[in-house]
Amino acid sequence: MADQEQFEPVIIGFTCNWCSYRAADLAGTARIKYPPNVRLIRLMCSGRLDPTFVLKALSGGADAVLITGCHPGECHYIEQNYKAMRRFLLMRRTLAQMGIEPGRIKLVWASAAEGVKLAQEITNMVEEIRALGPLNWPKPADGNGHLSVKPELEEVAA
Amino acid sequence: MTEKIGVYICHCGTNIAGTVDVEGVAQWAADRLNHRGVVIARDYKFMCSSLGQELIEKDIKELGLTRVVVAACSPHLHEQTFRTACARAGLNPYLCELASIREQVSWVHSDKAAATAKAKAVLSGAVERVIQNEPLEPLHVPIHPDTLVVGGGIAGIQAALEIADSGRRVYLVEREPSIGGHMAQFDKTFPTLDCSACILTPKMVSVGSHPNITLLAWSEVEKVDGYVGNFTVTVRKKASYVNDDLCTGCGICWQKCPKKVVDEVFEAGLGYRKAIYTPFAQAVPRYPVIDKPNCTFFLKGTCKACEKFCPTGAIDFTQEDELITVQVGNIILATGYDLFDARRIAQYGYGRLANVFTSLEFERLCNAAGPTNGNIVLRDGKTAPKAVGIIHCVGSRDQNYNAYCSTICCMQSLKFAHLVKERIGAEVYNFYIDIRTPGKGYEEFYQRLLDEGAHFVRGKVAEVSEFARLPGEEGKLVIQVEDTLTGKQRRIPVDMVVLSAGLQSRHDAKQVAKLFGISCSADNWYIERHPKLDPVATMTEGIFIAGCVQGPKDIPASVVQGAAAAARVLGRIQQKEIALEPVRASINQDQCSGCRICNNLCPFNAILFHEDRMVSEVNAALCQGCGTCVAACPAGAISGTGFSNEQILSQIEGLLLLNLNGGRKVAEKAEAVPA
Repeated sequence: MADQEQFEPVIIGFTCNWCSYRAADLAGTARIKYPPNVRLIRLMCSGRLDPTFVLKALSGGADAVLITGCHPGECHYIEQNYKAMRRFLLMRRTLAQMGIEPGRIKLVWASAAEGVKLAQEITNMVEEIRALGPLNWPKPADGNGHLSVKPELEEVAA
Repeated sequence: MTEKIGVYICHCGTNIAGTVDVEGVAQWAADRLNHRGVVIARDYKFMCSSLGQELIEKDIKELGLTRVVVAACSPHLHEQTFRTACARAGLNPYLCELASIREQVSWVHSDKAAATAKAKAVLSGAVERVIQNEPLEPLHVPIHPDTLVVGGGIAGIQAALEIADSGRRVYLVEREPSIGGHMAQFDKTFPTLDCSACILTPKMVSVGSHPNITLLAWSEVEKVDGYVGNFTVTVRKKASYVNDDLCTGCGICWQKCPKKVVDEVFEAGLGYRKAIYTPFAQAVPRYPVIDKPNCTFFLKGTCKACEKFCPTGAIDFTQEDELITVQVGNIILATGYDLFDARRIAQYGYGRLANVFTSLEFERLCNAAGPTNGNIVLRDGKTAPKAVGIIHCVGSRDQNYNAYCSTICCMQSLKFAHLVKERIGAEVYNFYIDIRTPGKGYEEFYQRLLDEGAHFVRGKVAEVSEFARLPGEEGKLVIQVEDTLTGKQRRIPVDMVVLSAGLQSRHDAKQVAKLFGISCSADNWYIERHPKLDPVATMTEGIFIAGCVQGPKDIPASVVQGAAAAARVLGRIQQKEIALEPVRASINQDQCSGCRICNNLCPFNAILFHEDRMVSEVNAALCQGCGTCVAACPAGAISGTGFSNEQILSQIEGLLLLNLNGGRKVAEKAEAVPA
């Protein structure tokens, strides 16, 4: 980014109460720095992640969504992180069909002890999304339900 | 808006205020979120102080607040504090929401403008969420007065005795045939040089004879169901082929047993036991077990010497594993540690060079009840060494193996050095990185060893070899080390090398953690609820940890933790019930289409299907509140209290600042995260 105005993405992150949220707490306690572009939401489990939340975040202005949960086999609720993983794969495919780059949704496993890892994953993701640029949804043209490939002028100006 | 929201921004001294413009955030909330119902926004030095809490209480009463948002530390620290404050002022505690602007903002970001902008977004998310919060009542769960203690080492023994002495029932499960753990294998304990068995065995006997303790030795926990206050635990009592009711522990069976087996567990491979055995003379319980894979009868179908000679007819070759189910309210895990496998450091020669011993082997050599009757001799069983090298930090403080300090090895090595000096008067060389003696009387013990003439060489040993290069090295083990105090390479010939191996988590620590639903650190030590303030509780209600299962520690610290865990459990039992977060799923019967998608998603079988009405229903007692079914319901018929769709969708809007006057504009997005 040679521009002096560096693109600062907004990322909504979903965390599990038992692992990644505590990893975020641990990163804080240990004063591990990561970029401020991510805003976290606490769920009880990654299995709680309704795909609607992802769509809501992306349609509401987030440039990417980070989903975090316990490592496979370590779910506090036995196996619900596997369900999150299945939904994640399906969501990524669905979003791709809507023209959204697969990189804008990311799944990361982080145990309660992995504050450093979580901070590193967030740092990496911010860089990746910065490289992808802002999320510009294709706009429906003329209300006929078809997506317009022609970017609207005010969007370009924005 | 009908809600009246009070917003409170904590400075946390300079913890938050140092990186976030807290006054600015408060002013912003008052200006930009007033149309969402924020009627007051204050900042205060320490919101968690009694004055800070009174501020909230006063506003609730005087301004008639219906919702409260505190932007401060992680909800895992002070959520309860502020909820209780709200409750005191007559507001339902679940109408209070915490925004973490310390752990998630001020402590992890350095740029003040960016951190302030993020704090605003996080606060806005919490305001939107709290509007959707519903008043809830905690679930009250009765606490079953019995307790399960897993692991019969010193920590588990202490915990079991504390609870049993106060008149409560304890089930103590031990994997080995006898309780005692590692402490039973040791000869002396540092720094007082108490005989380990002499101070341990009275406690073991108390456990064995205590009317309130049900000892389940030679047993393992197989299954854990339920939740705090009401766990159902299935214990597999392994077949010992000895009838406990008839056995008197007379010992004739193991005297007559013709099959000798190397004792890899208790004697660390240095001694033998029989195929029917108790690990050591003071074993509790005193009943022997038959080691099925090594028993001649089980291998060849004939022998039965034990059965022939048993005076009470207690041997029963038809015995099978027994599954015992116990109901308990709380569980204490005290499953201990494994010794670092010194074979992994090939250059130290353990397993290849006969006279390289591990610390546990050396303990058995010193022990009067051990395979050499307490004589410190070489592997040949008769020669006393003239010089002994003790290598510290084997497998500890080493990026190749375990990065952490195993805590006990310095003192253990000093103890070994003393025993060598005392028993055989040999020269002793300690090879150390740093000597760490933080404990009562520990530093004094180190001074004593210096006075006794033990040698200390500061440097990490490069290699132990049997190749003589210089005169005087023939037939010796040569320790190659850089003496970092003199800056010279040294070769020190000795007869015996003791590797002070570090401690590591049990090989099956991860599986056991999963069984009990608790979490492990990267090194597989179990994670405590708070490293300083709650070291024996875990994140899972009703499961406590004590001793080395939490991290390496010495005997005094293990005893302290055992007693502490017991005190926590007794407190729970005394309260008779515990209040749980009412985070549960529930199904709107009118909306449920009976598709049964949720039925298979629940790992706790908490969702039942009513065939007659063709609808599903959540059993609140079994539901753990993960919310997976809520996310999966295609009809949107399932709602999850505390984490409802409305709460989370609103929080997303808030975090993205879609709620500000006039909606979100590009300018505001830029304001939220300045370059």
